Amino acid sequence: MDLSLIIMQLLSGIALGAVLVITALGLTIVFGMLGVVNFAHGALFMIGAYAGLYLASLTGSFWWGLLLAPILIGAFGMLIEFVLIRRLYGRSIDDPLLLTFGLSYILVEGVRIVFGSDGIPFPTPPQLIGVVDLGIGFFPRYRLFVIALVAVVLLVLWLTLEKTRVGLIVRAGARDPTIMQVLGVDIGRVWLAIFGLGVGLAALGGVLAGPMRSVNPEMGSLVLAEAFVVTVIGGLGSIVGAVVAGLMVGISISMVALFAPEMATIVMFALMAVVLLIRPQGLFGVRGRTA
Amino acid sequence: MTHPSSGEAVAKPSSSGLGWLLEQRVLLSIAVLAVLPWLLPSQALAVNVLIYGVVVMGYNLLFGYTGLLSFGQAAFFGAGAYFTGIAIGRYGVPWFAAVPIAVLLSTCLAAAIGIVSTRTRGIYFSMVTLALAQLVYYVALQASSFTGGENGLRGFTVDRISLFGFQVNFLDPVNKYYVLMAFAALAMWFQSRILNSPFGAVIEAIRENEQRARACGYDVERSKLIVFMLSGAISSLGGCMLALHLSIVPLDILHYQTSGMIVMMVLLGGARSFFGPFVGAASFLILEDVISLWTPHWQIFVGAIFVLFVLFLPKGIWGTLLDTLRIGKARP
Repeated sequence: MDLSLIIMQLLSGIALGAVLVITALGLTIVFGMLGVVNFAHGALFMIGAYAGLYLASLTGSFWWGLLLAPILIGAFGMLIEFVLIRRLYGRSIDDPLLLTFGLSYILVEGVRIVFGSDGIPFPTPPQLIGVVDLGIGFFPRYRLFVIALVAVVLLVLWLTLEKTRVGLIVRAGARDPTIMQVLGVDIGRVWLAIFGLGVGLAALGGVLAGPMRSVNPEMGSLVLAEAFVVTVIGGLGSIVGAVVAGLMVGISISMVALFAPEMATIVMFALMAVVLLIRPQGLFGVRGRTA
Repeated sequence: MTHPSSGEAVAKPSSSGLGWLLEQRVLLSIAVLAVLPWLLPSQALAVNVLIYGVVVMGYNLLFGYTGLLSFGQAAFFGAGAYFTGIAIGRYGVPWFAAVPIAVLLSTCLAAAIGIVSTRTRGIYFSMVTLALAQLVYYVALQASSFTGGENGLRGFTVDRISLFGFQVNFLDPVNKYYVLMAFAALAMWFQSRILNSPFGAVIEAIRENEQRARACGYDVERSKLIVFMLSGAISSLGGCMLALHLSIVPLDILHYQTSGMIVMMVLLGGARSFFGPFVGAASFLILEDVISLWTPHWQIFVGAIFVLFVLFLPKGIWGTLLDTLRIGKARP
């Protein structure tokens, strides 16, 4: 087995990991700020893929789908927070989890009613078809684009959270919502925005994954398990953890697929079990909060 | 380890007559299950209520009584079914011996998953149990020479036997129902014994306040692991019953949607109550039956009803009923 093949597979793993990072990030941000685990996250990922597909065919351009689907589904997420999740703050931590689980049933079945149960192919945008010569081998252009886009999104998110006033309010609100309220911040609006952001990231993950996986109503359930594994490994609520663990999982899946294809789906769970035995709170998790 | 006075957990006659009757939870539950095939529109539905009732009852030990929201109970339900089917079909074990073997093996699986997952708490625990149960799903999918992979486990038959002079014939629906009911009765008796024991008081203490339970000197981690195993054992018995009932094991049984269904059933019926799981299983299955008569998209309604229950009726049908009658608070 030559080195260039391994490097190409590594790159594939990073592309796979990039989608996982974006998806897990939405889950982890919502938990970190709101203390809510969104069990409908996978279903919203799936809806994001469908929305991207629909908007792309409506406007005739993948780019509009990529831009509008996360915004639209993010707004839908805000509606969910406003109508349903908001009622459950202050109740048992299990309640939002159970509610979003029920919601995922509604969303998945809703998509089945509108689009049918069969998978739909998601065409790769014409500008991104084909491969790029990297000197050591050819790599799909689309996957390179996914890696680059995710890197940009991460950078923007990081700058917003660390360098702006909005980011300051969000971070402070996560630590002590009561004090923020005393200081005159409408914390309800912050939570609304955060939930919308988390759902928007799920939708973005869905659109990006579209051309790489088949788009079907069940695709969310696998993604939910993957996003859980990533957040558990990284540490629930930790943004750095989601990035590191997402790439770790993506790379391990793709590397194991090279040597033992039948173990590829199993390896991430094994990775999670090992991490939990050593650090129950995850790699970047804070002890005491969840473990 | 010191135990609290077990008196408060042991069934004792309360002042109200209805309350006393409800204390006889095992006998009362068996009585209801005995007439169930004649109460429900079909025998097939009654068998399913029996099977899912046992699975959900086992889950309720974990969720309702210990407060651990696991999303991986399908792993044990499925393990019980697969181990039973494999023992009968591949190794020619008679079915009455396959059941205890399957329960034992499933309990070992519960121990393995429990060791990893009970190290975590709260929401983390839910996510970890879901992920580990998905691991079991993928293992069953990959080990197709044993499990039949995507097609599920086929090709085993449950033999007709004669037991203590009774003919046990799984081709006769009534006969089958009452044989399976005997398993359910055993599970109910076992569960009731656990709940009435000092250990039952410890797990409820953990649910109410984990730190206080730890401060009282209880080994919280070990208790959680034990309750996880007991819960897995009881739910796996439901899986054994399903394998005997269907003579096949579908792969779907291991999927996390099944875990979700178990969670839905316990919430619909009412966690923390002894008979709630059976009420939950029955209402879920009836709901599914009725709605699927006029639309294939029954899941959208089940989801909506579940959301409404979480919002407005978190104690479920049976739990709310008991509360309304004020007999759920019989204990001081």
